[in-house]
Amino acid sequence: MTKKIDISWLRESATFTKPVIREIQRAANEGIYDIRGAGAKRSIPTFDDLLFLGASMSRYPLEGYRETCETEVTLGTRFAKKPITISTPITIAGMSFGALSAPAKEALGRGASEVGTSTTTGDGGMTPEERGHSSKLVYQYLPSRYGMNPDDLRKADAIEVVVGQGAKPGGGGMLLGQKISDRVAEMRNLPKGIDQRSACRHPDWTGPDDLEIKVQELREITDWQIPIYIKVGATRTFFDVQLAVKAGADVVVVDGMQGGTAATQDVFIEHVGIPTLPATRMAVDALKDMDMHRKVQLIVSGGIRTGADVAKALAMGADAVSIGTAALIAMGDNADEYEEEYNALGTSAGYYDDWQNGQDPTGISTQSEELAKRLDSSLAGRRVANYLRCLTLETQTLARAAGKSNVRNLEPEDLVALTVEASAMARIPLAGTDWIPGQGGRY
Amino acid sequence: MEFDLQDAGVRELNQALHADTAANAQFSVLHPGGKHNVATGAIHESTVDIQGHVGYYCAGMNQNATINVQGNAGPGLAENMMSGRVEVQGNASQYCGATAHGGLLIVHGDAAARCGISMKGVDIVIGGSIGHMSAFMAQSGRLVICGDAGDSLGDSIYEAQIFLRGSAASLGTDCVEKEMTEQHQKELAALLQQAGLDYDAASFRRYGSARQLYNFNIDNVSAY
Repeated sequence: MTKKIDISWLRESATFTKPVIREIQRAANEGIYDIRGAGAKRSIPTFDDLLFLGASMSRYPLEGYRETCETEVTLGTRFAKKPITISTPITIAGMSFGALSAPAKEALGRGASEVGTSTTTGDGGMTPEERGHSSKLVYQYLPSRYGMNPDDLRKADAIEVVVGQGAKPGGGGMLLGQKISDRVAEMRNLPKGIDQRSACRHPDWTGPDDLEIKVQELREITDWQIPIYIKVGATRTFFDVQLAVKAGADVVVVDGMQGGTAATQDVFIEHVGIPTLPATRMAVDALKDMDMHRKVQLIVSGGIRTGADVAKALAMGADAVSIGTAALIAMGDNADEYEEEYNALGTSAGYYDDWQNGQDPTGISTQSEELAKRLDSSLAGRRVANYLRCLTLETQTLARAAGKSNVRNLEPEDLVALTVEASAMARIPLAGTDWIPGQGGRY
Repeated sequence: MEFDLQDAGVRELNQALHADTAANAQFSVLHPGGKHNVATGAIHESTVDIQGHVGYYCAGMNQNATINVQGNAGPGLAENMMSGRVEVQGNASQYCGATAHGGLLIVHGDAAARCGISMKGVDIVIGGSIGHMSAFMAQSGRLVICGDAGDSLGDSIYEAQIFLRGSAASLGTDCVEKEMTEQHQKELAALLQQAGLDYDAASFRRYGSARQLYNFNIDNVSAY
């Protein structure tokens, strides 16, 4: 008879935790690093470590639901003849057809269009479904150039030159063979079923001086009509943002380490890059240092989940935010109704991150036609729209409480920090003090 | 139509090339002076004769047009070209034909490093030699080199084909010499004829992917 052990008496190692032990065992068995989707899971300073100072005696709040609080933002005012105006400062980040199913891409377009904001293509090019259901579509220009062609470039409402992303700054990508359907293979000019590598750097430019000429080329091809964004993963953000401005960006997108990915090594996701919180402050500093704040718009992304995150990013100086992982969850990713199928894959609803393997029971991160059919793009689009509306309402609620008639009037003075770390990173005073640790330090 | 780039801007030239009136039109470009983005994004079946040297991204994303450069070309010549014909009488700098999908790109002189990087269906014919890391991650299409190739030719190549008349300093990972059949010789001879080059197709050797790295395998870890 097996003796029953009361594990509450056992002491778990803080160094060799159960997940660490399991990962060592997995690596020993499989001989390959862990590849997964989503963003960093480690605990890091976030916007949760900031609080708003609501209006009281010295500030005058606005009446909720009665007094206007504007949310409209125009992006790309620097050079483009046709800047993009979005009705909420929340956009959908770039995610590829290939990583996501066609219904998922369509749903993102539907949801974004319903609330008047933009969505973004990804590695693999532009699908007709996505273009057809996206009233404002940003076309990503990536190192692989999979599916890249000038016709689609001219159909876009903006171009986003991707230098890096928060989940893997300095790294490329890999779409594993099991997700390469006939259609994905055709769009990428590669055989079906092989692992498709996405290069870590662009094939035809090597630095910011080259990029400046590349941006001019893209403007020439599109006759200077549409805005050009430059997206960087958050690392040396102050300098990267300044170089992006120098290269001619209309909009700079800064993606923190919480930003998701479809397939990247876990060691990369968890150990490279910096959190969105300090990256936001560094990006704003860089723009102000060049007298380009609000002239070149700033979009931040990476771990945006709530209207509080949106409002805090705007208060720190961003013009808009992007969401990716949260939009997938809104569509149905990690839903409890698929618990049994998640269990069969060795995981559980709320933990599923194997977006690389193509077996997603929700039909979102898959190219299996059978699984993709499960996702009703109309319903999923509606859920994305609902979620975007909630984020917008939450943002307005916080802005009104701070007495702002426009969400972009939120300012650092409206914020305090809860922790010393967040205070130092965001350069926001620690609550109850006028102290900012390390103020005056450079990069 | 004549554009003297000493007086007119590149913007005016490109705008004219994108307009519907460019269809079947002939453009003469004088004094390009190494300017960047000359004749980028051409859409129509026009003919563009550039009389001098050009800078970065000349003929970038070309569609349908026939573009002739009577000089040398800077980096990124005909990058992501979709169709048409681009011909350079002199030499070309780095990344010529990068990610190009279709059409015919001819360089009569030499081409620098990373020629045909990530090419996706274009035919590239180089009259002289090419630099290192050419045809890196080349996906499809044909790269013909009448001279020699630098180090790591065809590294991580997919389904593109390389025809080399001279020798390669070294082959890249997963790039191997393959059988040159009569059919290959016939196709190569036709391509050389299109490019106006008088070489015997039988004097070339063919290279392509060993297809050993198409799916990750831990036993190939030293190659990654």
